[in-house]
Amino acid sequence: MPEIKYKVPKVNHMRSVNVNSRNFGDHETNMAENSLQPENWVDAYADYLFNYAISRISDAEIAKDLVQETFLAGLKSAKNYKGDAAERTWLIAILKRKVIDHYRKSNSKKGKAEVKINYSAQTDAEGDWLEEQIADPFSNFEHDDLENEELGNAIQSCIAKLPAKQAQVFTMKTIQGISTEDICNELDINPSNLWVMIHRARTALMGCLNETWF
Amino acid sequence: MISCEKAEIICNKSQYQEASFTERLQLKFHLFICKNCCKYSEKNSKLTSLCDKAKLQGLSSKEKEQMKQKLHSKG
Repeated sequence: MPEIKYKVPKVNHMRSVNVNSRNFGDHETNMAENSLQPENWVDAYADYLFNYAISRISDAEIAKDLVQETFLAGLKSAKNYKGDAAERTWLIAILKRKVIDHYRKSNSKKGKAEVKINYSAQTDAEGDWLEEQIADPFSNFEHDDLENEELGNAIQSCIAKLPAKQAQVFTMKTIQGISTEDICNELDINPSNLWVMIHRARTALMGCLNETWF
Repeated sequence: MISCEKAEIICNKSQYQEASFTERLQLKFHLFICKNCCKYSEKNSKLTSLCDKAKLQGLSSKEKEQMKQKLHSKG
């Protein structure tokens, strides 16, 4: 029986081309739905990445450096970006490597890799101290940490959806805890302006977080 | 008697402990008679507690500016 060869149309490719021509017009871009815009990275993802880093490395300075390195590495390997993941996912993947590298580096320093257990070496500890060393089956702390991280991510991505100015005011006020007066001075707005923006941001966030968290 | 809009603004202020005594009194009174604002206030407090719970941390605008500059100089 003769083999019939079908010419399979590249549906995905065709679609992406259409999307391209529709959305970007005459812009020069060879990415499909996702493309990199490094000039927006800091505003859009710095806080998100920073929170990711700081939940794994509790040192704010190191976390900040890792975020910076992530951006630089992203810029360097931008041509390897295939466009099949969202920009943010791609950056998180780089940051993940950076965090692992950080721990690897600090572990390889001599002496640091030793595991020191002082507690069980204490000969004068009396009573049922062994019991304190096993996991408490009723503890919720580990679970809480996980959930809080998830919550943090949810809030960050909701903030990212806000209009830039509202997001800025909300982060300054809520997350950085800057006083109303200072924000007004820095952004050159009046307090009632600020409260209206906060109001809109909070209302939008309530709606955004509504389904899962309220 | 204050409007719902004003009540919501005061409600937001009180989330940051920045509502004055009179404002708080006005809000209390308004919440007493307005069911919608009551609901809003409840959700608003919940949002505050969620934000606290997530222990969100952000970079200051100065730090972001520095990051941008470094990116520009390398890129």
